Amino acid sequence: MDLYRNSLELAQEIITQLSPAWGVSGYEHTLKPVLKDIFNRFPVEITDDFRGNLYIQKNGNQNTQTVMLAAHQDEIGLMVNYIDSLGMVHFANVGGLDQRTLLNQEVVIHSREAVRGIISLLAKEKGVSSSKSILLEELVIDTGYSAEKVAELIQPGDIISIVRRPLTLLNQKIAGKALDDRAGIAVMAVCINELTRINHRHRVVAVATVQEEVGLRGAVTGTERLKPEIAVAIDVTHAQTPDSKAQVNNQLGKGPVLALGPNINPQIYQGLKTAAEENHIPYQIEAVAGPTGTDARVIQLVGEGIPTGLLSIPLRYMHTSVETVSLGDIVDSGKLLAHYIASLPEDLEELSCI
Amino acid sequence: MYLKELCELNGISGNEKPVRDFIVEHLKQQVDEYKIDKIGNLIVRKQSSDGLAGDTETKRAPVVLLAAHMDEVGLLITEITGEGFLKFATVGGIDPQILISKTVLCGNNIPGVIGCKAIHLQKREERKQTLSINDLYIDIGAGSKEEAEKNVKIGDYVAFASEFAEFGSGLFKAKAFDDRAGCAIIMEIMADRYPCSLVGAFTVQEEVGLRGSKVVSNYVQADLAIIIEATAARDTTEKREEEWVVELGKGPACSLMDALTIYKPELIARISDLAREKGIPLQFRRGTAAANDAGNLHLAGSGIPSITLSIPCRNIHSMNSLISKQDYENCLALVRLILNKCHTLI
Repeated sequence: MDLYRNSLELAQEIITQLSPAWGVSGYEHTLKPVLKDIFNRFPVEITDDFRGNLYIQKNGNQNTQTVMLAAHQDEIGLMVNYIDSLGMVHFANVGGLDQRTLLNQEVVIHSREAVRGIISLLAKEKGVSSSKSILLEELVIDTGYSAEKVAELIQPGDIISIVRRPLTLLNQKIAGKALDDRAGIAVMAVCINELTRINHRHRVVAVATVQEEVGLRGAVTGTERLKPEIAVAIDVTHAQTPDSKAQVNNQLGKGPVLALGPNINPQIYQGLKTAAEENHIPYQIEAVAGPTGTDARVIQLVGEGIPTGLLSIPLRYMHTSVETVSLGDIVDSGKLLAHYIASLPEDLEELSCI
Repeated sequence: MYLKELCELNGISGNEKPVRDFIVEHLKQQVDEYKIDKIGNLIVRKQSSDGLAGDTETKRAPVVLLAAHMDEVGLLITEITGEGFLKFATVGGIDPQILISKTVLCGNNIPGVIGCKAIHLQKREERKQTLSINDLYIDIGAGSKEEAEKNVKIGDYVAFASEFAEFGSGLFKAKAFDDRAGCAIIMEIMADRYPCSLVGAFTVQEEVGLRGSKVVSNYVQADLAIIIEATAARDTTEKREEEWVVELGKGPACSLMDALTIYKPELIARISDLAREKGIPLQFRRGTAAANDAGNLHLAGSGIPSITLSIPCRNIHSMNSLISKQDYENCLALVRLILNKCHTLI
């Protein structure tokens, strides 16, 4: 596998491919061929389930126990709920979305054909203060088609995604939509790439989960199906910005963030930390005082309880179309996971004894 | 058609050079003369088809001034923060709300993004308030102030990252239709000769107070001025038709009155009749707010009879404006018609 000696190039290629692809929660099917294309370059077996979770299996030398990795493939988006007499398309949100990020944004409505649209603001009612933010109900999608044509093409329930091509910034930073959590999928790819040249005992199944943004649903059934001995969720976490200094400590570009707290198995946390130190990989620590807002939250509760870890990628401007990550953090995260997996003991049941 | 290339050029008020260079490059072979004045306006001249120069005393062909502004709205970097983020001011009228979660190009094409605090970190009250320019900043990925300063500097202009595209049925999507649409029409007009002498004025700094056209009005004389503009269409709100002002697809919009100009009713009536005779759709701009270069040009010297024809434009002053291709073509056809019939109008 000399092809991907350079993990940075691999990460960049995957982000460039995955970020602009469509896959709003519950409608991830369009992502499947893209994901298969990405993971088929590795010596893996790929399977899926009816819900849309994609399982990428990389076998180890011993292969009697399973390490599950989970990163969600879905992204937040919008859904058509009403078409008015002018053919303007009104919509609701799918997943947690700040309506203030939408004005004059380009979107695609996934109807029988893909219809492009621009979000525009309806005229405000008289006397509304300009310091009050716009409401979702005041926004419509203008498709540039006549009302008749819109009625023919589009119907309530059609899913809508944001259009944004990824943009390369300075310092190997990259901005785009859906990096929450396609960056996590890139981490799993980097990890599998690393595992092709590092000996590891256990079977690794990387799961690209669905419907995380609407309640961590794909991860529940995915974990039930796999019944792994241990699991590590890979998601994004807030990186500090000038307007969030009092709330956020994680820094972009300073390495993967290791979570700890009740949602996290302390031995997995410790193992990740040790692997980072032994391999000179920078890391940051985030203490989360309750269940995390990631797939780890539900994975931990499957079956008799799954020892679960969480590795997060620092990300600025979460749930906007200009989410920004550092490719260096993605590479470091993937490498760290691979080294951690390689360092795991022969019997993973040992990790269950907290 | 020059529209795509013109819209994709960045020429924010005070920094119109890329647009001016493009127009000069494409028109210099087609016009009789051109000059650039000291504030940056580009003036091109083309004699009438019967060879009579506009300024000949005896057998004088009418002179028609065609004006459009080259500049567009955008941002200006005002501060580089200690951590390498860029603070900015708006150049021209921009609603800060459209900037959130968008991509931009700074100075010498350095890509940047304007984000905002993640929804998860906002208090409920925060999300109910609009964000002001002071709350926003550009992120170019710089790790420090020093690194940012190697790539951008205070005073650099920032443009919307946006591409021209065909859109819906017969629309175009781009930034800067205001007023590259006007520039594109005048460029197309200049390929031909008409029974009048033409003066084409491609002005600067319209968006920051009609400053280029003030200078043009100091030295230009003409018998008729046609200002070609883009104007805000608000025809997407079902219930508020009284506020639409103009509609896409209903032809160019002829102004009756705006904040700085009262257009001559007789002239409007004649042009309206002319358009009707030839079957060119024409609508009136149903509003009096805002102004354009006509405000200066109609007061030039002893005064120039002026009309403003505008292409209706949705989401004007944004990265994703929309105009109708037919409106553009009908505006071009109407200007050609007026030039060919200018003897009957003056």
